[in-house]
Amino acid sequence: MSRINSPADLEAFRSNLLSERDPNKTSITLCSGSACHASGSREVAAAIQAEIEQQGLGDEVALRRTGCHGFCERGPIIVIRPEEICYFQIKPEDVPEIISQTIKEKKIIERLLYTDPATKEKIVHESAIPFYKNQGRLVFGSNVEIDPKSIDDYLALGGYSALAKALCQMAPEQVLEEVTKSNLRGRGGGGFPTGRKWAESRNAPGDIKYVIVNADEGDPGAYMDRSLLEGNPHSVLEGLMIGAYAIGSRQGYIYVRQEYPLAVENVNIAIRQAEEYGLLGKSILGSGFDFTIDVHQGAGAFVCGESSALMTALEGKAGEPRPKYIHTAVKGVWDRPSVLNNVETWANVPLIINKGADWFTQYGTEKSKGTKIFSLVGKIANTGLVEVPMGVTLREIIYDIGGGIPGGKRLKAVQTGGPSGGCLPEEMLDLEVGFDELTKAGSMMGSGGMIILDEDTCMVDVARYFLNFLTDESCGKCVPCREGIRQMLKTLTNITQGKGKEGDIELLEQLAEVAREAALCALGRSAPNPFLSTLKYFRDEYEAHIKEKRCPALSCKELISYYIDPAKCQGCGTCLRKCPSEAIVGGKNKIHVVDQEKCTKCGTCFEVCPSRFAAATKISGEPVPPPIPEEARTIVRKSKEK
Amino acid sequence: MSDILLQIDGKEVKAKEGMTVLEAARSAGISIPTLCHHEKLEPYGACRLCLVELDMRGWKKLVVSCLYPVAKDLVVTTRSEKIDRIRKTILELLLAHAPDAFDLQDLAKEYGADRDRFEKESSFCIHCGLCVRYCAEVKKKYAVGFVNRGANREIGFIPEVASKECWNCKECFPLCPTEALQAAYVLTEALASSSLFSEREAEK
Amino acid sequence: MDKDRIDGIIDKHRSEPSSLIQILLEIQAENHWLPKEALEQVSERLQVPMTQIQHIATFYKAFSLVPKGRHQIHICMGTACHVRGASRVLDTVEGLTGIKPGETDLDLKFSVETVNCLGCCALGPVVEIDGKAHGKMAPAQTADVLKNYD
Repeated sequence: MSRINSPADLEAFRSNLLSERDPNKTSITLCSGSACHASGSREVAAAIQAEIEQQGLGDEVALRRTGCHGFCERGPIIVIRPEEICYFQIKPEDVPEIISQTIKEKKIIERLLYTDPATKEKIVHESAIPFYKNQGRLVFGSNVEIDPKSIDDYLALGGYSALAKALCQMAPEQVLEEVTKSNLRGRGGGGFPTGRKWAESRNAPGDIKYVIVNADEGDPGAYMDRSLLEGNPHSVLEGLMIGAYAIGSRQGYIYVRQEYPLAVENVNIAIRQAEEYGLLGKSILGSGFDFTIDVHQGAGAFVCGESSALMTALEGKAGEPRPKYIHTAVKGVWDRPSVLNNVETWANVPLIINKGADWFTQYGTEKSKGTKIFSLVGKIANTGLVEVPMGVTLREIIYDIGGGIPGGKRLKAVQTGGPSGGCLPEEMLDLEVGFDELTKAGSMMGSGGMIILDEDTCMVDVARYFLNFLTDESCGKCVPCREGIRQMLKTLTNITQGKGKEGDIELLEQLAEVAREAALCALGRSAPNPFLSTLKYFRDEYEAHIKEKRCPALSCKELISYYIDPAKCQGCGTCLRKCPSEAIVGGKNKIHVVDQEKCTKCGTCFEVCPSRFAAATKISGEPVPPPIPEEARTIVRKSKEK
Repeated sequence: MSDILLQIDGKEVKAKEGMTVLEAARSAGISIPTLCHHEKLEPYGACRLCLVELDMRGWKKLVVSCLYPVAKDLVVTTRSEKIDRIRKTILELLLAHAPDAFDLQDLAKEYGADRDRFEKESSFCIHCGLCVRYCAEVKKKYAVGFVNRGANREIGFIPEVASKECWNCKECFPLCPTEALQAAYVLTEALASSSLFSEREAEK
Repeated sequence: MDKDRIDGIIDKHRSEPSSLIQILLEIQAENHWLPKEALEQVSERLQVPMTQIQHIATFYKAFSLVPKGRHQIHICMGTACHVRGASRVLDTVEGLTGIKPGETDLDLKFSVETVNCLGCCALGPVVEIDGKAHGKMAPAQTADVLKNYD
């Protein structure tokens, strides 16, 4: 493979590539992101390869294993192109039928299609499915067409043309100007204007400057960056190089969590391939611009997602944040100017350079331009990754794309912004996503995690959950976070265990003030947010836990008891069989009773009791009725009386 | 280097470029409480007691004065209801670890901190970091360091280094505001003594 | 672990002190834990004080200073899994193995850890054993899944 030495070379290579690819050739695109792997896509891939060989179709049919498609609830997913036939939840056993029916005989297999839950209509084409149709996938869309281990796939879609334009047709100041004009703001949670950050580094004194990709995505429930880095690593590399050119940096770092092995693998492959093609290294595309990238793995610390802690970790130390009175854009890694941006932010850059800032600013709202990728998870029908232009409302995301709440349950709250964010109740669903509206309401958009909570979720427990997470992840350097957050956790745990007392809420509010005002870094300063937002909108739940020792959502283990309603139990025995602690007493034709001493509150009986009986119930805030005497437990079957 | 003029508690203070707000305040005789600060060591910014309020053209924020660089026309307030409230809670959180720590008693009285507000904690280290930083920056022996993170953070001696260096040094002992450092050292010595003690005997 | 093997890993990273964490990650991945002798060798070669290595080895969750079990059980405690009942799954695993997160059982069979978000939220609650993700776990089926590992 000869090096690509100029933009002209690049275009020649690209047209050659495209001429060798027949757009009408049948290809099976199989989603091979981490989530689909967990659902078995590796086995499906093996089955497809085997079947294609066996049927002698090797020349006519290609298998392309792509990155995440985003509709994770329904994986493994395949899309057969060029017809765009979309099949979901594929198992290896389905493969022979797919090859013989759909590939060879062009017949659709109905049972593998998407069915609209409301109209029951079956939809064949990927782009017609509401989950995809209602999104605006500027950044994420290419995932479905690229094999991340193939640089050629990226080039075929026009990849690296933005880099060529920047390096060979624009001066660094022009690149900086275009990004500034686009109003691109950081996608990692901070929302800082990207152009301004780049300008600060560009103007800072020093010859050696760094550009860094923050791929230490730590918010639990958020995996947008992972899917971008796994599925389209070149888009991030290209953005990084354009940024480096703009600020005058020759060295880049990608800091990626070691918990993302596939992302680490794919980004290393991408770097190697780019180097082979001459798109990375010395005098890229003959421009005289040199650039190298080093990959650093994280070692399991959420705090390293904070920019100054990440830079300390890059220096080979424990990831303790530093005060940012002097911006890291001026004094960062080794006290040198360092531009750190999130994966998604970098991935937006090639688009802005290729299509221009004016094109970019037509998407989004006045202060929040462009799109944002969200991970829509929790109690939602269509779990997955969703990209929408900013300004779309929470309601549209949850219902039009997410498909609403499953199981006929009621939505209680939306949690956004991870451990730094907050919970918003149902009344706030018409808020627009963006950098400002959610923050004004007491939450924040954050890096894009969007967790849907329903009526069965205890909001006090949600606050406790996040504080537990942060107590574990705190670096421990400053008092407000190390001590203050831990005391908040203790108090909240007591409340969820029925040990809350008067004055607890005031104590929590005071500790929240200390953390918010006095903590060293953003982890500590934003730690009280989940507590403060749940207190604001769900104060009644706190008071019920403290004053009545009652959990309104029937969730906190110490405050609930499982009780089988004797009026409804029909003695089917399912709960007795499934109980892992042998805590149910019963027999044939006998009303079953839970032995409260043995019950571990695992909830199995509640889940397995057939819904037509609905006899297993949860009680909170009142004593469990004593078990009815043994003699009264025989069930009289009404149907037997004639 | 020209003088930088700033205002602290309504008083005009002249400072040199490169100074921190804490240094500027002290030079003007204004006292700000500190715990993890030491003239021989790099400022650490961990105890947060030296918090002051900055007024930057109407926008107020709290910063730690031991690290914040002086700037022209800065308006600094060292005491206020909010600052006092925060300092009081910080002291109470520390007193839960070390209720009898000498350095905390006067401060506790001044700010009305209640040593019994929080349940007593088992570890009496308050993580001022003075021992670790002194051994690293001044002695350059690295005999004691931090272990673990978050609430589980502790200080720990490296037995092999401590057995060589600490017996004749112990310069960090008077820096410790609590008994934690001495306790950690004695423990390390006791655990290591069986093997290292015999080595030392053999060397004599 | 072999001294030469460790030297090889250090050489690969050009003995740079800033690569300390990357070097320790490689040793951890191959050896499944960080023995004291390995840390001393790294300290010596990189000229980094033991206190720094001690801090890093205990600060980051990826490192273990004690040997781990044959099978790694990772229970996802991410927010999405949490709202779908992950803590009940954790309680069941604790009951069945007799150990808590961060511990290894006496036979060195199982090590249990909680992890924050494996990114398979659609399948929550998720338990990953030896890298294989088991989705939609409920307390009742946990015993069956663990039985397959010896």
